[in-house]
Amino acid sequence: MSGTQTTYNDKVVRQFAVMTVIWGIVGMLVGVIIAAQLVWPELNIGPWLHFGRLRPLHTNAVIFAFGGCALFATSYWVVQRTCHTRLWGGPLIPFTFWGWQLIILLAAVTLPLGITTGKEYAELEWPIDILITLVWVAYAVVFFGTIAVRKVSHIYVANWFFGAFIIAVALLHLGNSAEMPVSLTKSYSMYSGVQDAMVQWWYGHNAVGFFLTAGFLGMMYYFVPKQAGRPVYSYRLSVVHFWALIFTYMWAGPHHLHYTALPDWTQSIGMVFSLILLAPSWGGMINGIMTLSGAWHKLRDDPILKFLITSLSFYGMSTFEGPMMSIKTVNALSHYTDWTVGHVHSGALGWVAMVSIGSIYYLLPKLFGKTEMYSTKLVTTHFWIATIGTVLYIASMWIAGVMQGLMWRAVNADGTLAYSFVESVKGSYPFWAIRVLGGALFLTGMLIMAYNMFKTIAGGKTVDVPVVAPAGHHA
Amino acid sequence: MADFVNGFWNMYVIVIVLVSILACAVLLYIQGKAKFTPGKTMGHVWDDTLEEYNNPMPKWWSWMFIITVVFGLVYLVLFPGLGALPGVLGWSSVGQYKIERARMDEAVQPLFQKYEAMPIPAVAADKQAMEMGKRLYLTYCMQCHGADARGAKGFPNLTDGDWLYGGEPDQLKQTIAEGRMGVMPPHAQLGADTIKDLANYVRAMSGLPNDAVRAAKGKEAFTSAGCIGCHGPDGKGNLAIGAPNLTDNVWLYGSSEATIIQTITDGRQNKMPAWKAFLGDAKIQLLAAYVYSLSHQGK
Repeated sequence: MSGTQTTYNDKVVRQFAVMTVIWGIVGMLVGVIIAAQLVWPELNIGPWLHFGRLRPLHTNAVIFAFGGCALFATSYWVVQRTCHTRLWGGPLIPFTFWGWQLIILLAAVTLPLGITTGKEYAELEWPIDILITLVWVAYAVVFFGTIAVRKVSHIYVANWFFGAFIIAVALLHLGNSAEMPVSLTKSYSMYSGVQDAMVQWWYGHNAVGFFLTAGFLGMMYYFVPKQAGRPVYSYRLSVVHFWALIFTYMWAGPHHLHYTALPDWTQSIGMVFSLILLAPSWGGMINGIMTLSGAWHKLRDDPILKFLITSLSFYGMSTFEGPMMSIKTVNALSHYTDWTVGHVHSGALGWVAMVSIGSIYYLLPKLFGKTEMYSTKLVTTHFWIATIGTVLYIASMWIAGVMQGLMWRAVNADGTLAYSFVESVKGSYPFWAIRVLGGALFLTGMLIMAYNMFKTIAGGKTVDVPVVAPAGHHA
Repeated sequence: MADFVNGFWNMYVIVIVLVSILACAVLLYIQGKAKFTPGKTMGHVWDDTLEEYNNPMPKWWSWMFIITVVFGLVYLVLFPGLGALPGVLGWSSVGQYKIERARMDEAVQPLFQKYEAMPIPAVAADKQAMEMGKRLYLTYCMQCHGADARGAKGFPNLTDGDWLYGGEPDQLKQTIAEGRMGVMPPHAQLGADTIKDLANYVRAMSGLPNDAVRAAKGKEAFTSAGCIGCHGPDGKGNLAIGAPNLTDNVWLYGSSEATIIQTITDGRQNKMPAWKAFLGDAKIQLLAAYVYSLSHQGK
């Protein structure tokens, strides 16, 4: 290789890819622990390992540590490849990696200590919020800087989604985390009452919409056509569903606050936009799955493609379920029950985790100078264990959730409640036990992945890959 | 209108909601008119192999999109959603609650009606009435008094036949309907030594082990410090003001010397909420009868 030739910056991709697997194991392990605590309350040991403190640790670890590292790794890989240029940004690039790892470590320390803002999915206190802002701005500079120096005029669709994800998350983080510090470890929200709740769910639902959907759709738009070796099904569909998705998601938050002090008109708008969101969401699923048309046979023996296509199926399922649950009358049954937890995990395990796992399996051999993973068979094993785990998890939560909703609303002929709350807790135990099993299976899959990853890395050597020249480059 | 500081924001919300929904339809319409070449790519290639087909959007998908947009617009006309406009159907979540509540009240009224005129002991002897009373109890009372009605620290046991405000039918009804405020004033000014004497005397009255010398001094202090004002010269309490009987070895907060010292030093405040406005007389009648039955079982 000549010394003058530009190469891709894959070091940061390598770092984030490996940490994706590590944080995946940590986050899912905490998930299994808190699921077990619901079945065996004796496992709540001391204040530090109590459910109330471990639960935000679980959500932060899987969303921002596992999901975040997967997004960094894939977006850095994709933006270089599709812009035909080396990652732009110099020292900002390693800063995003080390800064993000520091944020994760601080979360892992402060949350068990009980240091929290109490805002769901935004529990980290203000000094960490500032650090997040710095890292995120650096990320935006690197990503959009790379876009700016691209060697092709058209910006590939995956980058639209990554770009929207980066901008929207910055907006959400700054809006929702506006807070007044009273000490190094305590701050209070700038909003109060129902406005605070509304800002919280504007943030909370768009964390789902932009962090967990738009970002991972960016991943999908690169790795599915790459692995399938087929063109994306419809460019026009990607245009419509992209703009419609990023536009309507912003409105959907109020559906988390049905039948609360939030004004009726706000609730209605949240519900209406959630329903309109169905088609834009499915646009991504259709574009991904239809990309495979003409190459369906590849699904049979390619476990990476299995992961990617299954993730799109779960994505389609949970984006159908979501709008349905946003309808007030359905929500009256589902709200506050385990149905919501099941819905979240059909998205989190089925969609987010599976598309990430598939993409990381695609990347690992290429990042470490190999042609394929150490064991393709173990990838297949991982796929089946993860799928069974996901199905067990969401099916048990559906049953438990609908049962809880029906028990809570059941009344006797004299108008009294037919069941006390604790009876619904008692009835939920078998399903909570099944959930532990489902979660443990999913975690087992991640452990298999880690073994496979380290075996792939061992003996591999990292090479600097020269930047590919744009095809038919005619200035 | 109360949701908006002025009419501008009302209009702002209406306009931005409608424009946003229509924007989805316009986006779909404009993009749907593009020139499609099914099976052919757009002519761009990234990273050696990435291409995009110029296929049209699936028809069923476009229709699904249109249907949700139309549904959204219709819904916002029928239901509150466009600023402060109430919606053609006049629905509100508070209204829905009131209607459902009134419907339920009406449906259950006959069940309760026949017990309203009956004396409490007779209601307490009625099997169906007691099943209803128990369900009411488990819905509204259990949180403090416990599923078995045996109470907890600070929450009276309803099964032991011992009453702060009396266990007769009218007294029970009044307790539930109007609530009770229990106050034991703090007596720190008596000094730790005297309070310890008093605690030993109080234990002595219930026949619990005590320091006889201190109890004797406590007996004098019981009069001189004014305890008799509420608890009576014989320590048997006063139902009219909810002053506990100190001689029966029934304890609301605990009988240890340390706990009694704390009770005397810091005082106690307690509250039984008033349920009349929330439950109404008919349900209170059944609840009073149920509580009555708890301490009159087998009689």
